[in-house]
Amino acid sequence: MGKLALPTIQIAGGRIIDPSRDSDEIGDLWISRGHILPTGASYEEAEIVIDARGLIVCPGLIDVHVHLREPGNEEDETIATGAAAALAGGVTSVACMPNTIPPIDSQAAAEFVVLQGQRARQANVYPVGAVSKGRKGEELASLGQLVAGGAVAFTDDGAPVASAALMRRALEYSKMFDRVIMQHCQVPELTVGGVMNEGFESMRLGLAGMPDAAEDIMVARDIRLAEITRGRLHIQHISTARSVELVREGKRRGVKVTAEACPHHFTLTDERLRTFDSNYKMNPPLRTWSDVEAVIGGLKDGTIEILATDHAPHAPEKKMRELDLAPFGVIGLETLVPIVATYLVDPGHLSWPEAIRKLTINPAQLLGIPKGTLKPGADADVTLIDPTARWTIDPSRFRSRSRNCPFAGWEVRGRAHTVIVCGEVRYTLGGIVQQAGALVAS
Amino acid sequence: MTIASPTSPSSGSGTASVAAPTSPLSSWTRKHLLGLEDLSAAEIMAILETAQSFAEISTRSRKKVPALQGRIVFNLFFENSTRTRTSFSLAAKRLSADTQDFSTSASSLSKGETFIDTAKNIEAMGADVMVVRHPTPGAPHLLAQHVKASVINAGDGAHEHPTQGLLDLMTIRKAKGRIEGLTVGLLGDIVHSRVARSNIWGLTKLGAHIILCGPPTLVPRSMERLGCEVANRLDDILPRCDVVNVLRIQFERQQVGLFPSVGEYSHFYMMTEERIRLARPDLLLLAPGPINRGVELTPEVADGRHSAILDQVTNGLAVRMAVLYLLSGKMEARTTQTN
Repeated sequence: MGKLALPTIQIAGGRIIDPSRDSDEIGDLWISRGHILPTGASYEEAEIVIDARGLIVCPGLIDVHVHLREPGNEEDETIATGAAAALAGGVTSVACMPNTIPPIDSQAAAEFVVLQGQRARQANVYPVGAVSKGRKGEELASLGQLVAGGAVAFTDDGAPVASAALMRRALEYSKMFDRVIMQHCQVPELTVGGVMNEGFESMRLGLAGMPDAAEDIMVARDIRLAEITRGRLHIQHISTARSVELVREGKRRGVKVTAEACPHHFTLTDERLRTFDSNYKMNPPLRTWSDVEAVIGGLKDGTIEILATDHAPHAPEKKMRELDLAPFGVIGLETLVPIVATYLVDPGHLSWPEAIRKLTINPAQLLGIPKGTLKPGADADVTLIDPTARWTIDPSRFRSRSRNCPFAGWEVRGRAHTVIVCGEVRYTLGGIVQQAGALVAS
Repeated sequence: MTIASPTSPSSGSGTASVAAPTSPLSSWTRKHLLGLEDLSAAEIMAILETAQSFAEISTRSRKKVPALQGRIVFNLFFENSTRTRTSFSLAAKRLSADTQDFSTSASSLSKGETFIDTAKNIEAMGADVMVVRHPTPGAPHLLAQHVKASVINAGDGAHEHPTQGLLDLMTIRKAKGRIEGLTVGLLGDIVHSRVARSNIWGLTKLGAHIILCGPPTLVPRSMERLGCEVANRLDDILPRCDVVNVLRIQFERQQVGLFPSVGEYSHFYMMTEERIRLARPDLLLLAPGPINRGVELTPEVADGRHSAILDQVTNGLAVRMAVLYLLSGKMEARTTQTN
């Protein structure tokens, strides 16, 4: 669809929350030819009118941490199915991790991801390039060429950059592109063979543990490296109380460090492993209640400025195995909004504008992409959330190709209702989108 | 819990017509035996009482009873084992079940068919009971969710080995007349031991005091949270022990540096004649085996008057008969065979 063919859309009567402009008001949002129109002006009749009364209208959500498994593991997910799952979760832009086969460590590989994202025409797909060639942690990947291919950040996610020297070089070199280094913080030699958090629960179950200190030590190291290089460091999926404190303290010193938290790390603990269910096996692992409380504390005080899913699809035949053999990771795109609503907004940890800030403008700024805002002229990526919808999570109905969801059967509140990407309605629960002529418009 | 003895032999040993155990099992509710952590003290006692009756049967010249006639017991062993597998097979045969072994390594399995698929195939062959040993904690639990057969955990990684725990309890109870109030030392590589965990759950539930003893790399202080005392020096705690259970040292632990050398380990923890002199005269010595003579205990001690190592093997058979017998009351009726 060319831009001229894109419709004029009136989203009527919703609670428009746009943290990029600190605005939160009831009103109409107009979209024309793929862009946001100034508010307050009067327009001709829209071609599509969406009755948004009772709904939240916000910039399209951005998830800085997803695995789309293409190329290489299309049995788990493809860029098309993952980007469709994103839309069903209210997410209009995703940054996908480079741990594919082959890894995204070259310009051509990055361009392939961009191209597949365009072909899929679901959520916007941004590749994250590898820090090191082949994600081997030995020598820098061609970061500049990755940027030329569309990479918005760098990470060896899944494999921490173990070498302090390489991490230092990456933080220094990436400054010339103003791109962030995202780090999966974990000292590998402390987590060999581990399948869950090390502690009382792992001891009781006889499962090999991964100590929280393995994360803390690398968070501390990398914050110091970011400090001496003045590079940009992003701590992925922060999971321990001590790591949260280290990030808080680093920020206080002016280090360019940011952090993300995942829904499973602020809702679940290692006690879940008593069921031996591999849907509770992820890396970093589920920790303890004091860690969960610290992550929530970090979200509340702004230490953690980003909510991300670490959507990690694995086909059922791979995941439904003995714990030692099952791969790490859980899917999260289609449960992001309800888990945030039910476990952060409902208990009063975050207001809706605070939660939406961590899902829109903050991630947009992290990635340096022109998204996450409803200011006039911006790309019309808009998510409508029904904050009161009550539903039961049923992974069998997901658009993701995988089913490894730790929240199956949970009764939750809040759901993505309608999703607009680049001025097109690409997802709706249905029922409220009306073509002009039979209008709700006033 | 009121489980009567399963045997009601009207006459002594050697009679031609050995009665099948006929006790009412209305209060045994479990279909699987996955671990001792799940069981109540009453359930553990029911198994021990039942095992006691089966031990008596084993002394007769005709040792077979028809309790599991027509049933098929499959041993699924994804990890090496000779003793446990043989003990389960023999227990099943004494109950007149048909037995079949399926042994493979988990690693070779991982290249092809999944564990669950393998188990479902075996179930399709008519297995009523699956006795499972697997290197991964929780593998029997996973299996129990996917098959209709009764599942018995014969050791899952470092998690549990419930029948070993039960036979240790039975051996202690026979020798000491009780469990409650005893002080039991568990010695060696506790953190990686399924035998240790099953012992801890079983002994704790029956009221024993447990001292875990070994170097801090093998006995982390956090194990106190299981309700046990933790000690590093055997000589300090030995005088207080009524029972010491000597766990096997796995040499690969030394290779990854959890203790400096086998020699140093033996220096601190080997049960020697000299150390035995520190202990109470009625010390009972257990070892789940296979034992490393000259590492965990000297040959003199292994074969000495304190040792109950061979009683453990005998009791293991009775315990496994008891478990198979009790679970058989909860097995699904076989609908595939009509004649």
